[in-house]
Amino acid sequence: MIELVSPSRCIDCNKCVEVCPTNVFDEVPGGHPVIARQQDCQTCFMCEAHCPVDALFVAPLAEPAPEGSAYRDEDALAAAGRLGEYREWIGWGKGRRPGSLRDRNGELTELASAHLTQRFQ
Amino acid sequence: MSRRHATALGGVGTGGGSDALDADVLVLGGGPAGTWAALAAATTGARVVLADKGFVGTSGAAAAGGNNLWYVPDEGDRRERAVRAREERGAHLTDRTWLRRLVAETWDRVGDLEAWGYPYPTDAAGRLRRSSLQGPEYMRLMRRQVLRAGVTVLDQSPAQRLVQDADGVVVGATGVHRQRGNAPWTVRAGAVVLATGGCAFLSGALGCNPDTGDGHLMAAELGAELSGMEFSSVYGMAPAFGAQTKGRMYQFATYYDGDRNPVDAAGFSGREVVARTLAAGSPVYARLDLAPPALREALRWSQPNFFLPYDKAGIDVFTDLFEVRLVLEGTVRGTGGLAVVGDGCETTVPGLYAAGDVASRELVTGAVSGGGSHNGAWAISSGTWAGTAAASFARRRGPAPRATTVPDEGRAGTGGSSSGRGTTVPREVIRDVQAEVIPLERNLFRTEHGLRGSLARLDVLWADAVPDLDASAEPVKAREAAAMVAHARWMYRAALARPESRVIHRRDDHPDLDERLTHRIRVGGLDEVWTRPEVPVREEERAS
Repeated sequence: MIELVSPSRCIDCNKCVEVCPTNVFDEVPGGHPVIARQQDCQTCFMCEAHCPVDALFVAPLAEPAPEGSAYRDEDALAAAGRLGEYREWIGWGKGRRPGSLRDRNGELTELASAHLTQRFQ
Repeated sequence: MSRRHATALGGVGTGGGSDALDADVLVLGGGPAGTWAALAAATTGARVVLADKGFVGTSGAAAAGGNNLWYVPDEGDRRERAVRAREERGAHLTDRTWLRRLVAETWDRVGDLEAWGYPYPTDAAGRLRRSSLQGPEYMRLMRRQVLRAGVTVLDQSPAQRLVQDADGVVVGATGVHRQRGNAPWTVRAGAVVLATGGCAFLSGALGCNPDTGDGHLMAAELGAELSGMEFSSVYGMAPAFGAQTKGRMYQFATYYDGDRNPVDAAGFSGREVVARTLAAGSPVYARLDLAPPALREALRWSQPNFFLPYDKAGIDVFTDLFEVRLVLEGTVRGTGGLAVVGDGCETTVPGLYAAGDVASRELVTGAVSGGGSHNGAWAISSGTWAGTAAASFARRRGPAPRATTVPDEGRAGTGGSSSGRGTTVPREVIRDVQAEVIPLERNLFRTEHGLRGSLARLDVLWADAVPDLDASAEPVKAREAAAMVAHARWMYRAALARPESRVIHRRDDHPDLDERLTHRIRVGGLDEVWTRPEVPVREEERAS
């Protein structure tokens, strides 16, 4: 679930409010958007993908992170390279190439079945 | 009006807001099926409005999850062999004509994606590999194309009800702008395409929470029939801490019990053992140790959204054991939905078309899950067919008459009174429905006894709680609650009408397939839910 809107990174573009498919954020006039309905977050990471300044962190948990969790610690997350991670993989952002150019899903079925057949023979 | 609404409204005069719009075709739902439908209709010159509960570009299971496509070149007998294989896997509830047109249409439309600039990978020989679509990229592109085509997009604007004229033809819908204090909107249209997705009961399955069966409810309020609702017991594998239901990587999994001993359940075939173990209350752990080391980097680039939650949790899925659970995907990955009764994906209600997961996919998947690939292909093709047919219908019929009626005001989730101020909290009803459909021992491993018990409680919910829903604070949640109760009742009535086990529908009290039940089952009704067998599948298909 969404845990962090970084006050130091957020530029108040409200893109997260706009794109969230489950309407989790609220716009705040003159301020950063807030996580208004965390319980409605479906952990789909779409807000991270669309945030232009890597200001959001969605924890991998289906429930809110406990108080004091490292998933709520912006400095720790930033130091571990966890902010903007999804955008790197999908290649969104200035100077990046789309990650889909390296998509090999199409081959996986064949590769996998060949490998598994070998293993179980 | 904020900047983003003005952007989405495109060419419409926005001075008066979007409270009342006219269109030739109204599309409800902006995932793949809805965007393909909107594009197809706009291509014919129709004026199109596309309204989505969330945001066109992130909404729907495909944006978060991605799609492999049923994508077979027209070479020799490859397509025909693929069709026959599907008939076999779908336990002969499919329709060969639909399978053939699906594979052909999908191939052509994927060519459109290439022309629009989807960044496909290339193989060693430099040829494009076009059978996989990564979700964020795919749906960002679809949004751009829809806006370029002049479609008016209403984001964060869930539809609530369909509108009929005096002849019973669907001529629009009403809904709310949920980011503008639930201000109402109305769109009058010559025809309506429903593309609101399946229903995963807010289980949290990846990208599926917008899919609460709202479209099924709106259509059923006008008497629409459904089909295949018994094929609704699909669960996705996910880490115990999350709900990331992407299944393909688990073909490399070995599963372990609570003592960390391997259970006899490798790869895809292990699902049954894992499900039985979990249903018995025992933990199951997984590790993707069958993934060839040389392939692991490629796996990451192919499905970054599978690996993302594990990376964040500090788990290396190839070397670490992690606990798993099964998360309900309902009729999103299952096959049931509104019955389509014509080549243009007509529903049984005039003027109303169904595309994507809101439609039954039995014609092309039968009794098996559409997985990503068939459902993904179906979204593209059914969207195209429905959008084209709806535009044609609207053109033939001319301007919609002014006099319109909204059915059944004051019930099914608008609360007991016209003010919508009942006393039942929507989120409580949602929890009650989830208790009937989410547990494996109720929905995956079905018995007559269990189904009847659930139905008795669901019938009470429908009769007592739904008319009393408090829609004043959260009108969208109130409709979702009503839609989920209706959905669960269709699922379990249809499951009772199929006393056999057939691929994804399992009856522990009837573990074998019964040849006499090789037919589709229609279901419908709200206060009284009914079922009846459809005309048997063509004899020649069963014989071959």
